[in-house]
Amino acid sequence: MQLRKLHELAKTIRSKNAGVDRITFDIIFRDRSTYDAVRRSGALSREAVLALYGLPESRLTDFVEFDPAYAIKFTIARLRPSGSPGDSDIFGAQQYAPLLDVDVPMPDNEPRDPVV
Amino acid sequence: MQTARIICPNGHLGFAPLKPESFAIGVATGPDFIAADSGSDDVGPGPIGSDTCTSPLAWQTHDLEAMLLAARARGVPMIIGSAGDTGTNSRVDLYVGLIREIAAKHKLAPFRLGYFYSEVDREYLRAKIRGGDPITGLEGREALSEAELDATSRIVAMAGVHPFRRLLEQGADVIIGGRSSDSAIFAAAALHRGHTEALSYYLGKVLECASFCAEPYGGKETVLGEIIDGGVHVTAMHPNQRCTVASVAGHAMYERSNPNYEFVAGGMLDMSHCHYEQISEKTTRVTGPTFVPIDRVRVKLEGAAKIGERYVGMAAVRDPYTIKHIDAVIGWARQQVRERFGETGYELHYTVYGRDGVMGPLEPVKTPAHELCIVVQGVAPTKEMAEEVCITGTRQMFYARLPEVKGTAGSVAFVLDEVLPASAAYRWSVNHTVGVDDPMELFPTHLIEIGG
Repeated sequence: MQLRKLHELAKTIRSKNAGVDRITFDIIFRDRSTYDAVRRSGALSREAVLALYGLPESRLTDFVEFDPAYAIKFTIARLRPSGSPGDSDIFGAQQYAPLLDVDVPMPDNEPRDPVV
Repeated sequence: MQTARIICPNGHLGFAPLKPESFAIGVATGPDFIAADSGSDDVGPGPIGSDTCTSPLAWQTHDLEAMLLAARARGVPMIIGSAGDTGTNSRVDLYVGLIREIAAKHKLAPFRLGYFYSEVDREYLRAKIRGGDPITGLEGREALSEAELDATSRIVAMAGVHPFRRLLEQGADVIIGGRSSDSAIFAAAALHRGHTEALSYYLGKVLECASFCAEPYGGKETVLGEIIDGGVHVTAMHPNQRCTVASVAGHAMYERSNPNYEFVAGGMLDMSHCHYEQISEKTTRVTGPTFVPIDRVRVKLEGAAKIGERYVGMAAVRDPYTIKHIDAVIGWARQQVRERFGETGYELHYTVYGRDGVMGPLEPVKTPAHELCIVVQGVAPTKEMAEEVCITGTRQMFYARLPEVKGTAGSVAFVLDEVLPASAAYRWSVNHTVGVDDPMELFPTHLIEIGG
């Protein structure tokens, strides 16, 4: 096993509004094997995501593994609707940063993405 | 069955201008329709509440002009949904006026302009509530109360395909829509040409954000979608972009809670059994979506309530002791506002950049940076009061009384020793659905002749 950072493994890590009451997070991988390995690792389970963001389970509204895009996707309920005074991210676009450094235990034989 | 080749040059017309090169390539492919959505609830509750645009008039005009000239030159319909960011009646009128001006400027031959409104009368909804037909909340919200209804400044209904189809059937050459589901704008065109609901709605789903379904990433580029032999084909028009299995499937997830389902007025598009296939360098083919119609149509409603006028102030901190006690600094300033204005009747918000300004309670990093910037928002019923709330809440940080601070000449640094007027503060008060007997009852259509 080796520890890899999620940002080394994923092609896309993003967050964005899903309507006015929710923010949705997409973690998209380049290939099936990386996607499967990350899923198997448990580093991006429902529980892991809740712990990372310090959220109660009730605020995680969706958690989907989306095979066609090699993607893990989850959605959280906002505390107040987007754009209310005091909301600091009207588009919900900068809430993904803590995901970048998530440690993912990967099998040693897992192919590494070529260094660009 | 007729072809339904649709190009989309912009995922939010007006928010940033379309890119002319890929649009010209798209026009040269000979589309049957040129269509774009011009709205989003991403822009926050302010524009619908205050009935204004987020997008600059120059960019809206730029894109409408490019699309109108191309559509009239080819003699194909041009379709716009959610006029002017919000799709309120005044935004529809604005776009209708722009089409008229552009047509006159270029001396275009006469054509038929169809348009429809989406604003919902408060009394119509009140009658529903009182008649025992609740306005159901979305995403865990309670059903709409009369109190919330009365607090709301403006409400729009989200049109499905129905008004677009009616106007296409009446022979409209250009359609300007009020608030609309993104996918319905395109789906209506494909349905009008006799295609199935499943493929038509999927076509709309994939086209609505233009080049966001292509890679490499690059917005505001044109994409072409069409229905061929039981599948949706989507092709990037920009010379360096491609629609790949990954980019098209990835786009299915964008801005939605669940990538498998899309809800529109009239039913649900189920994408959970979609199959994606790269059929050429720039084109991906999608098969397998299904559409589940609903018995009684429910239409989504959006509305915003005004909270008050707003001013914004800024202050910054460098002293490590003060940074460590920033909550006490803010607490002091809040207390001064409380002593002047009491506990309620205003809002005072502090956003502490350098600590948790972007993420608030979601921020896992607990160590603040070596300097902080604090943005203060004061919201109150009048501009005068909002300004005083904000300046008190900002300037009093300067006088915060920390017991062991070395710097006794001022606790914060000001980039401006003033507070700035900002847009009025609104909140999304309506994110609900209403049941309708006739899907057209919320969307009155009009057809007029332009030019000649």
